[in-house]
Order: sequence, then C-alpha cells, then structure tokens
Amino acid sequence: MNDIVVRLHLDRGDFRLDVDLELPGRGISALFGPSGSGKTTCLRAIAGLERVEGAHVAIGAEVWQDAEQGIFVPTHRRALGYVFQEASLFAHLSVRANLEFGMKRVPRAERRFEPETVARLLGIWELLERRPGSLSGGERQRVAIARALLASPRLLLMDEPLAALDLRRKQEILPYLERMHDALSIPIIYVSHAPDEVARLADHLVLLDAGRVVTSGPLSETLARADLPPSFADDAGVVLDTVLEGHEADNLSRLRFDGGVLYVGQRKEAIGAHLRCRIHARDVSLALARPQGTSIVNLLPARVTATAPTDTPGHVLVQVRMGATPLLARITERSRRELDIVPGRELWVQIKGVALLG
Amino acid sequence: MDDADLAAIWLTLKLATTVTLLLLAAGTPIAWWLARTRSRFKNVVAAAVALPIVLPPTVIGFYLLVALGPNGWLGKLTAALGLGLLPFTFAGLVLASVLYSMPFVVQPLQNAFEAIGERPLEAAATLRASPWDTFWAVAVPLARPGFLSAAVLGFAHTVGEFGVVLMIGGNIPDKTRVVSVQIYDHVEALEYAQAHWLSGAMLVFSFLVLLALYTTNPQAVKRGRA
Repeated sequence: MNDIVVRLHLDRGDFRLDVDLELPGRGISALFGPSGSGKTTCLRAIAGLERVEGAHVAIGAEVWQDAEQGIFVPTHRRALGYVFQEASLFAHLSVRANLEFGMKRVPRAERRFEPETVARLLGIWELLERRPGSLSGGERQRVAIARALLASPRLLLMDEPLAALDLRRKQEILPYLERMHDALSIPIIYVSHAPDEVARLADHLVLLDAGRVVTSGPLSETLARADLPPSFADDAGVVLDTVLEGHEADNLSRLRFDGGVLYVGQRKEAIGAHLRCRIHARDVSLALARPQGTSIVNLLPARVTATAPTDTPGHVLVQVRMGATPLLARITERSRRELDIVPGRELWVQIKGVALLG
Repeated sequence: MDDADLAAIWLTLKLATTVTLLLLAAGTPIAWWLARTRSRFKNVVAAAVALPIVLPPTVIGFYLLVALGPNGWLGKLTAALGLGLLPFTFAGLVLASVLYSMPFVVQPLQNAFEAIGERPLEAAATLRASPWDTFWAVAVPLARPGFLSAAVLGFAHTVGEFGVVLMIGGNIPDKTRVVSVQIYDHVEALEYAQAHWLSGAMLVFSFLVLLALYTTNPQAVKRGRA
C-alpha cells in the first residue's frame, strides 16, 4: 500500500478547487486539463509550496498534511522531488553542484541513487563541470530532473516540464522520461496540457476542469470514455499498449494487444518490445460486415459499448471493445442512425491510422 | 599633509570599515525582511530606513544628540549599562553613521534579494534545504553583486559624511575628527593648500570607488539606486 491520497478544497472567489484523488503509488499519473483548471495549484499543494487550509496529503503511511491531526510538514521535510516548468537551476553553482544540492541534504543511508547512474540515465554526464547559463533549454531541464531524483524522493512532481521547450527539445527529452519510467520505481505526478505527452507517458490519467476532477483512472480506460467533456472530446482517441510480435514479408510489423493484432509499417525495435500507440477517434470507421475490397489493413471485430454526442453538431463518439480493449470512433449522427449503432451491436472497425508513440 | 591629516584619514578609514561591517550585519536582515514580507508595515519600515536620503544630516544629528545625551532615553540607557554617554565619542559616531548610511546598504540588498525571485528559494525547499540553509546556500550567493554594491556604497557614504559628524562627534583629534571635518578646519584657518590635498584625495577616492562599482557591476548599481 503506497497510494497517494490528495484532498483539496479551496475557494478563492473566482478560483475554486475541489479535488479528491487517490493515485497509484507507482508509474506516472498525469494531471491533465486546460490552463486554469487547477493542475499546478494541486501540485504545489502536494509539495507544501502552497498552503491550502484543510487539505489532506498522504503518501503511503506518511502524512504530509492533515487538518484534523494538525499536521503540516514543511516542504523541505517532505521526501519529494519537484521539476518546475523552467528548470530553475541555481545559477551560481555548476551542474555538478546543482545535482549534489539535494543529495547532500539527504542522509547517506537514505540515498537511493548514485549521481553517476542518474547522470547517465539523463545523458548529462558530459555537462557536469558546466554552468547552467551555458546549457540549452533541454539540457537544463534534464539537469533539473536529475537534481530532483538525486534528492531521493518518494514522489516526483513534474509541472509541465516540457511546456517551455520547443518541439525539438521536447522530442529530445521524452525518451529520457520514458527511460526513467522504466528504470525507476518512483511514482510520478505529471502535470500537462499536451495530449501527446500524456498519451505517451502516463499510466494513470486524471482529467481536471475548472478545479474539479472530471475523471480519474487507468490511461487507456479513461481516454476511451465516450462521455468526456467537449474540451477533451475534440482530440478523442485511445492509447493501446502492444507487444511487437513479428515482422511480415511485405515490410509490415505485427503488434499484439489484448483484443487482437494491428499491422504497422516496419519497426526497428526487437521482437517482444513494448510499443504504445495512439488511435484517434477520427481515424476509426465502423462497418456492419467485414469490409471487402478495402485498402485498409487493420480490420477488427468489435462490439459497441456506448455512444455519446460530441460538441460538433451531427457527430457522435462511439465506444467499442475488441475483447476487453476499448476503442473510440467518431462518426456522423446519420451513419449512427442508418447503421443502427447501439450498445451491444457487433460490428467491424476499420483503423485508418495508428500513431506509434516513442 | 601633516600628522593631523594622516590621523584624520586613518580615523575615517577605521570609522568607515567599522560602520560597513555593522551595516552589513544589521542591513541584511532588514533588507531580507523588506524583500519578502507581505506585512502592511513594510512601507512604514522602508520609508523610515530611507529617511536619511532626504533629511538634512543636521536633523538626524540633532535628534541623536538629544536622544543620546544625559537626559535622552538612549543616553540614560547607555549610562545605566555602564557605557557612558556616546556623543562626542567614536562609538557615538559609529552609531550615528550606521543610521545615516543605512539606506545605502539596505536598498541595494533589498533589490538584489527581490531580483532572485521566489523560484530558486522554492527549488531549494524541494531539495530539502531549510529556510536558514536556503538563505545561506542560495539567497546570499545569488545576491552577491548586491552585497558588493551595498558594502561599497555604505563605505563611501560614511567616508563622505559631514553634518552628522559635526553634530554628534564634534571635532576631537583621533576620536571624531574625520577627513571631511579636517578639510573644514583647514578652510576655516585659510590653509587652502592643505584643504586642496585632502579634498583632492577624497575626490579621487570617491571617483575610483564609483568607477570600480560601475565597471564591475553596472546592473547592481542601477538597481541599487533605482
């Protein structure tokens, strides 16, 4: 039992926060929502940087804040790591001294990582003697992440760590975050308003809107909900975790997931590699019988589980399941009516595009 | 220059050094508080600290003289503590100079602390540094240019004071007769040659100090005086 429990209730007139969350004590939990939805305030309250009266914050058996017990552990006594939107390195210290800043303040017996391991994991081994001012934005953010890890946190909080970077720098950092996810057993709460980052990194997804939790659950289940508020439904789509099963003679690769098999362009990864892919609802169409004479490769049998309107007039979102795996399709209301698509109906899905993440 | 001039120079340097060290010790917590507080007394304290910038030195000297005198509350206190009376002593001069030069130390420091912003301090807290630890390990090193400006301005301003010295220190050789007073004496006695020497030395000294400050640390000076 290492779950993270966060209860925050805040009313500042024009800004309200009403959050009651239980997050898994492992993997990456994404707090996702438009700006102003309270993501950062949540994170700052968990860290103790913002004192929200009456809040309850606990990680496993360790209580960081509790109104009834009168507990408020100051930030510097919480075993956490925090990565800000801007790297916030100490300008007067070298990269090495920045990395050691938190580490030195943790008793030797409680240290969980070697500086060398972390520096290599984040690819900053070559930068140790440099000054923060001479680093690129991406390098600075990697140093900030390494610095937070070396403070041996029980929980890593990341506040839109990629938001201040351009696309190329983002692409540069994402693989490191994935490696961290695979190599370390620290739970991470990751704040973001970028769907692609969330789809790529998260295991658990919390959707926030106007200070309220819209939904919270495992990533694939949450993304597959047909009844998300319009602001999320716009870019609706699911994420599938697949295993690279084999290569075909005609340069396609076979990905196995719970509900069947997908074919994608040839992948370089080794057989058995885990690949995450995203399927947008707009790339999925439905047919009552197995389509004949179509150029689309990925055809799968499925069963309708839910339908919901979207904010685009004339369109609906349909949730289907291939085995247990959910998928979303965005179709017109006319098609829904003419094909009589209702929950329970068996049909075929055609997937026009599969985006591989990472 | 004769022995009296050299004694005045020596006394001035001793005074300015003592005052600068005391000012850094006293001004740092005041500047830190002013930079970080949200108290509604912030403006009151800031205005009080800045008073010497606008008040004639004679006004400050006068009030200090009254307060430190045998019937003043500070005078009674120092007498009761066995320190004697402070007017017309080196210690009295130090005290007056500390008050008089305070804004020239507090303001650059306050600006430097404000320029650091909240973020590095928050980052330090998330890296297990207590507020005290953060102050020394992050705030002070980041405010280093501010400390440099504060020290130089405090020192130079103390060297350059005259009115307060006359009011509270008088004109006692080796005790309170600093360079500015010595120049005044020379002029009174129509010893223009000696007045020239000392005045020239002061002019060159002040110019070099400011030049060094602007060259090494242009931002801090601008922020310090803004």
